[in-house]
Amino acid sequence: MTTETRTYPGARQPDRFRRVTADGVGIAVYEWGRETDPVLFLVHGGSDFARTFDVFGPLIADAGWRVVTWDHRGHGDSDYAAMYSWDSDIRDALTVMSSTTDAPSPVIAHSKGGALMMQLIEASPYRASRMVNIDGMPSKRRMPDVPDHDQTRLMATEIGAWLDNRHSAATAIRKPGTLVDLAARRAKMNPRLSIEWLEYLVTVGARHDEDGWRWKLDPAMRFGGFGPWRPEWSALRMASLPIPFLGLLGTVDEPMGWGARARDVLPWIPQGGRLEVLEDIGHFIHIEDPERVSKMVLEFLS
Amino acid sequence: MSAALKTISLQHNRITLALHQLREGTGRPLLLLHGLGESAENIASLPVSWAGPVWALDFTGHGRSTVPNGGGYSCEVLMADVDIALRYLGEATVLGRGLGGYIAFLIAGARPALVRGAVIVDGPGLVGGAVHATSSSEIPVAGSRVGTTPDPWALIELSRDARPPNYAITFTHLAVASSGLDDPIAVTCKVTPQWVEAIRAEAGVMTDITMQEALDIYLAIK
Repeated sequence: MTTETRTYPGARQPDRFRRVTADGVGIAVYEWGRETDPVLFLVHGGSDFARTFDVFGPLIADAGWRVVTWDHRGHGDSDYAAMYSWDSDIRDALTVMSSTTDAPSPVIAHSKGGALMMQLIEASPYRASRMVNIDGMPSKRRMPDVPDHDQTRLMATEIGAWLDNRHSAATAIRKPGTLVDLAARRAKMNPRLSIEWLEYLVTVGARHDEDGWRWKLDPAMRFGGFGPWRPEWSALRMASLPIPFLGLLGTVDEPMGWGARARDVLPWIPQGGRLEVLEDIGHFIHIEDPERVSKMVLEFLS
Repeated sequence: MSAALKTISLQHNRITLALHQLREGTGRPLLLLHGLGESAENIASLPVSWAGPVWALDFTGHGRSTVPNGGGYSCEVLMADVDIALRYLGEATVLGRGLGGYIAFLIAGARPALVRGAVIVDGPGLVGGAVHATSSSEIPVAGSRVGTTPDPWALIELSRDARPPNYAITFTHLAVASSGLDDPIAVTCKVTPQWVEAIRAEAGVMTDITMQEALDIYLAIK
């Protein structure tokens, strides 16, 4: 079986790979840059994986940072787990951080990763020295045109679908396809990213089986969901962050984004922090414009 | 478990759940759900009178069910444990103690056509965690008991699990709207955390009633 490969301008595979065990769950850890350089952590979002930083990570590393990132449990090359939760993701993150350094280090986190890391830093502020949050600042979403009884009905449908999924999760497998198929599927969730980039992502985020390519993401996971957690809780944590903070927000909504607006986020920016709004850019700010974002980040870190 | 007549293994994702039959009988089953840190064996001794078959479930990480690696517990995952059991049992009345009471309540809203009454009883884990974003809290370690039952991660995570009152009210509305029962939920507990206080005020929730009185009412439902 010959495995297709793709290259992408500026994309570079990590310089080092290792695994750590977090409470029995194997976590895949990747690094760019010299081991002697100061540590910086990069954190991916939900349904994503560490190798989505293959362009952005090297740009930061080349400026003199040891960039460390990892696949969350159930994502990329990390182990599938029986259960997934915010708290367990945060504990996994602490395991990776502790395996790298005990010194407070900068954290750059995207989407769900941003919300996770705000919770981690609020609980363990001695772990981080600065934070860049890339469109991971959820705020309360209002559905003013949906009456209460319809919202209840929508929730019933969502809960029922989630429970049905739990019945089939034990035997679920991802649908195979060609490299081009998988890139096209992902394009539905990442409509602003180029097909060339998405095809590259297939080669580093999917596995090539006899019957085709499959994304590595645990098939037991389901996009969306429900629960007691409220997006505005993240805002409260954000306001409490005691370290220098830079928030980046695009203006174009995408299926995988939070739909947060600057007016919703600004009141919760921590003391001394700042929010930068990038016009005509979507949820994957650091992928759409890695040069510009890395420059902003490096300036903030300096 | 000495009290069980037989034990059925059910698969919930990567977890094998132990569902124990405590008593035989005909008609609608009663499913017992234990409290946090307990097991089916503990709740088997609860003095209940029920004409039909009686079953008890070990939640994930408890009793004879699988103890998974790395935690990640939520009440919603335990609700799915119960849903797996209900697919085996069919329509049932569900009685839960402590944490099990909250789970019985959740599944009554989530599967209103299957749950013929949910009874909430005092016990470990009834209160739950915060009802809003908490301030800084220690990120815990599970210690040397990892891998044993009850899973330390279950004890840590399910005692911190958020239960906002408005979230609980939504499940009450779901149960009332689709169960076809006048009062699909019975609150018999003396301890009244905010989520219980919130649902006590809702239509379709019986209060000032004993556990056995509630069971008798649900047993009479055809």
